[in-house]
This record gives sequence, structure tokens and C-alpha cells, in this order.
Amino acid sequence: MELLEFARGPGLAVSLTVFAIGVAWRIYGILRLGRKPDFSAPRSIQTTAGAWRMILRRMWPHREFYADSAGATFNGYLYHVGWFVAFLAFVPHIAFIERLTGVSWPALPDTVIYVATALAILGLVAALLRRLTDPVLRLLSNFDDYFSWIVTMLPLITGMALIHGGYHDLKQVPPTPYTTPLALHLLSLELLLVWMPFGKLSHAFLVFLSRGTTGAAFARKGAQP
Amino acid sequence: MTDVNIRFPLDLDSPRFSIRKPEVRSDRQGDMTDAERVDRAMQSFMKDFSATTATYMESCIHCGHCADACHFYKVTGDPKYTPIWKLEPFKQAYKREAGPFAFAYRAFNLKPKVTLAELEEWQHLLYDSCTMCGRCTMICPMGIDIATLISQARHGMFNAGLVPHELWAVAERAEREGSPLGATAKVLKDRIEWLADDYEVEIPLDKPQAEVVCTLSSIEIMKYPESIVALAKILNHLGTDWTLRSDGYEATNFGLLSGNAAWQKDMTMKLINAAVAAGARTLVLPECGHAYGALRWQGANIYGKPLPFTVLHISEFLAEQVNSGKLKLKKLDKSVTFHDPCQVSRRGGATQAPRDVLQAMGADLRESRDSGALGWCCGGGGGVVTIHRADELRHAAFDINIRQINATGAEIPVTSCSNCRQTFDDGQAHYQWDKSMNSLLELVADHIAD
Repeated sequence: MELLEFARGPGLAVSLTVFAIGVAWRIYGILRLGRKPDFSAPRSIQTTAGAWRMILRRMWPHREFYADSAGATFNGYLYHVGWFVAFLAFVPHIAFIERLTGVSWPALPDTVIYVATALAILGLVAALLRRLTDPVLRLLSNFDDYFSWIVTMLPLITGMALIHGGYHDLKQVPPTPYTTPLALHLLSLELLLVWMPFGKLSHAFLVFLSRGTTGAAFARKGAQP
Repeated sequence: MTDVNIRFPLDLDSPRFSIRKPEVRSDRQGDMTDAERVDRAMQSFMKDFSATTATYMESCIHCGHCADACHFYKVTGDPKYTPIWKLEPFKQAYKREAGPFAFAYRAFNLKPKVTLAELEEWQHLLYDSCTMCGRCTMICPMGIDIATLISQARHGMFNAGLVPHELWAVAERAEREGSPLGATAKVLKDRIEWLADDYEVEIPLDKPQAEVVCTLSSIEIMKYPESIVALAKILNHLGTDWTLRSDGYEATNFGLLSGNAAWQKDMTMKLINAAVAAGARTLVLPECGHAYGALRWQGANIYGKPLPFTVLHISEFLAEQVNSGKLKLKKLDKSVTFHDPCQVSRRGGATQAPRDVLQAMGADLRESRDSGALGWCCGGGGGVVTIHRADELRHAAFDINIRQINATGAEIPVTSCSNCRQTFDDGQAHYQWDKSMNSLLELVADHIAD
């Protein structure tokens, strides 16, 4: 079996399955511990609205924290937005998702994608440098932080390696003569899918649960989100 | 009592700034083997692991932002004071014993067992250097409520007999005598008689029935007794049917601060039972921060059902009175800045109430750069002010308050927490600062319009 065939077939199926089961298990593992009822007289019963308010409010730091955290937050936006633009708005990626799901949407020009990818890479490098040099981050960091960084970076690097070949007829299977680099690119995505439920990358879904929990509790108390 | 008492005799009655160089140490209470201590800490941790705890434990992305919100980190630059790091053994226990992948953590020993040495090292981080002020919660991009987790981790530390000794001692005294500072029911009665005579004000004690039951902080009873007079003046002026009760007056809760859940319950139930016995419609909490969290937000959960009365912080009670027009106040001809007690404002949601009261006095309110829910802790909350060996760190953190308040140019700082006030008094003496903290309650009493 060619590597690309593996990546497109069993590799993809297995990684998606591990991703789905892993995410479900992680969430179940959290919720199974249960919560006690809260009998305190609420200042507000709009707890769902409070959860969403916190989810939105924490997308940018409070003014009081700008001096310390705005830079890192901005850099976070750089690599998050860059990564997702490259992932979701690139012609071949949309074609790939359409083949899998039948759903498609308009793409952004290739130049935008290249810029987004470059910014994402720069942002991730900056984040890594900060992690390696800041005493607080050095103390907190463990295997998960560095491995998650590698897993996030690999699709960008392997994708950049493909760019010089261009993409040809997208309907053609395989769509490009560069089968091994393409296989590696796809495998890097699959590695990310497999790792996601287990490490810190799961903040992609836990962010809603975590901010929402505090947001609801704070709304109940009438505290500022 | 343990040998620590002999080696480090306690002096709970001297001014707080009397001990210049406290010996750094890790305290132990009770006679337990090392293994028993660890086991007891683990059992307690396990008991506290809920879906909420798990959500937070699973969500940390190690971004380190919480350090920048913590006064102890800001003034030292020492990474060990990063709030989430203070929870490392708790987190380690969670991942190994209770998380969704605990089996893997155990099977491959990815997270080793928590050791006694770790717990002893973390005593300084969980107690001396955390006031549970929750400012870190406000910066966390994942919204993790670290203060709640610290409170849970303290349960394990208490059960393992690993509490800073002064905090343990005042908590034990509070449980045994009914007050952490020796303000027993008899002392209270004597004080009230003395205050009523000296200030010619009626202070009802132990009325069998009353619409409003008021509670006090030991700090007020022992250090700021004029607060009790102020309370009486205002309530008598309003014609309120109120009382203090010797079976439930002490609103501070050192069970909560030290991490003893059973004592926390005992202390909370005294207040609840007193208010129920009096048939009260309202229980008013004193100028105390953690008392608010303990009763307003945790009381009903300890009671096991909704409380049959309303719980108000004194600042909320005063705000209700001025907002409804029942209490008219004379003008306060001074510029003021308000220091928010963390547990009432940031963590309690009653940020506006004191501002309404100051506005009713027509005060020139000058907010500090970081105020309201984002204000800085005085540094003495969470029981930290009782811990002698933490004095140096607490004083360092207090400097933030001096800078913030000085920058407002306000003539007087005002707060609504006697623990903040005591910490400010101590900080003022330490730095020979020219500003004294004022009590909102006392200001109001001095400005009642006839």
C-alpha cells in the first residue's frame, strides 16, 4: 500500500475515530464526576447568558491586564487565525473536505493562504521562544506543551513543503505528482487529530466548558465576567 | 497541640508587625506517620474532585498569564508564585487518580504519586502566598477559577495536618471558643455593655425575635469596637427591629480559611441557627470579606437547602437603605477612594453597593487604576494576615496598594472589610504611610442626616 493510500484510507479513518472517541471520553471523564446543586439565592438566574458572556469576554484581556498580556494574546491570535485560515480557506483543503463530506465553501486566494501560513509559523516560533525563555512558562511547561507545539507546527511545515509543486487537477486521484510529501502532510494532520483529545490542544473544546462554568457561576453571583 | 508550639511559641495578641524575622518552616499538626498524612491529603482531594474541578484541571494551557494577576508574583518576580503552580500537587493527584486518563497516568507513572515533601513545600504556596482573592481568575484565558481550587486543596492540607501553625491555632481557637481572637460570647456581652454605656447607644443582644440579625467580625469586636457602635447608631436611627445574638455573632470563618470543612460547617451553622431562631428575615454580615463568601454563597449549600432569610453584606444593606431613601446622609467633604474587598466585590458580585453609599454622601470618589472587580487584594486575606512567616511577602505585596491609592490623589481610603482594614493598618505602620484606612460603616454612622 502506498503511503498516500494509507494516509487517505485507514490512516484517516483511524485518526478520526481516535479523535471522536478521545474527545467524547475526555468530556465524559470530566462530567461523570458530577456537580452538587447550588442552593444559594442567585443574584441572577441568567446563567446560560453568563456562560456565553464569559466565553466572549475572555477573547481579549481586561484593560487592567493589557500591559502584561496583550502581546502574548495578540500573538495567540496570529497563529490561531493563521492556522485556521490556511486550514479552511485553501482551495485543495476545501476540495479535500468536500470529497469527505460533500460540503464546500469559497476559498481565499493562494497568496492570502501563504501569508497566513507564514504568520502562523512566525507566531508559533515566537510562542515557543517565549516558552523557552520566560521563567514562569519554563516552570509550568511539560512534555504536553512541547509535543503539542510540534504537532501544531507539522501540518504548516509539511504544507509549505508542498507549495512549490502547486496543485493540479483536484479531481484527479492522486491530485498531485508529489505523493510522498502529500502523504506526510496528511499524516501530520492525522497526528494532530490523534493527539488532540489527550493533550492541551483539547482547549479547542474545553475552552467552552471552562469559561462557561465560571461564567455561569459568576453570573449567578452577579460578579463581573 | 504539637511540638511546633514549643519550638515556635505563639503570640497571638501582640501587634501583627512585632515579629521581625520569623523562622521559615513547614508546620505539622497531629501525630501521624508520613504515609498517613499523604493518604489523608489524597482522600480529601478525591472528595473534592467534581466536574467543576475536573473542568478546570483539564483546561489549563500553561500560558502563565495568571502570574501577572497575582500580587505575590508581581512584587517578587518569583515564578513559584504563579497561581496555577500553587496547585501542582492537587493537579498531580487529580491527573493520577481521577482524570479521564488516570489509568494511563498510573500505568506508565506519567504523574508520580504526591509525596509528603511536596505537600510540605507547597504549604507556603497554598497558604502563605495565596489570599484566594481570585484576581488570577480574571486574567485566565480559560476562565479557570483558581481560588476555588486553592480552597479545595487546603482541605487536603488540613486533613494531613499541614497548615501554617498560626492559622491552624486561630482556627482551632475559633472552633473551641467561638472566636479566633478570643471574642467569646462573654467578652462580646461585656464589650456591648461597655460600648452602650460609653457611647450612650442601645445595642440589643439576644432579643428572642427580630427582623434583622446582625453579625460581627472578631476583628471589629476586639480591634475596631466603634464599628459596633456605628452599626447600632444606623439601625436604631432607621428604627430597625434588630439584634445581635450570642449564639451566632461571629461571622469570620477560619474553618473555611484553614481548610477544615467540618469547622467551616460548625461556624456557618451557628449563624444560620441564630437567624432561624430569631425568625429573622435578613441576616446582615459585617465588614468582612470572606464572611460574605462563606455565608452568602456557601451557606445554603452547607444548610442543604435555600436559607429562610436574606443574607446581605453591610455595604449592601446600607446601599438598600440609601437607595430606597430611608437613610439620608450628610455630605462627606473629602475625596475618597474605595478599596474593594475581594470576596465581596470580585468574588461576591457586590461591587456597586459601597459606591452607591459613597455617592449618597456626595463623596468625591476617585477610583484607583485597578478597581472594582479588578482591584488588588490587600494581601492579608485568606488567612495570610495570621501567618507570621508570611509578613515580609505580605508587606511587599501591600506596596501595590500604596501606589494605587496614592495615584488617585484621594484624601482618604475607605473599605468595607475589617480584615482589609487591619492589613492596611499593619501596612501603614510598616511603611510609615500617611494614610489610614477608613470603615464605610463608620463613615456612614458619622454622616447620618437628622
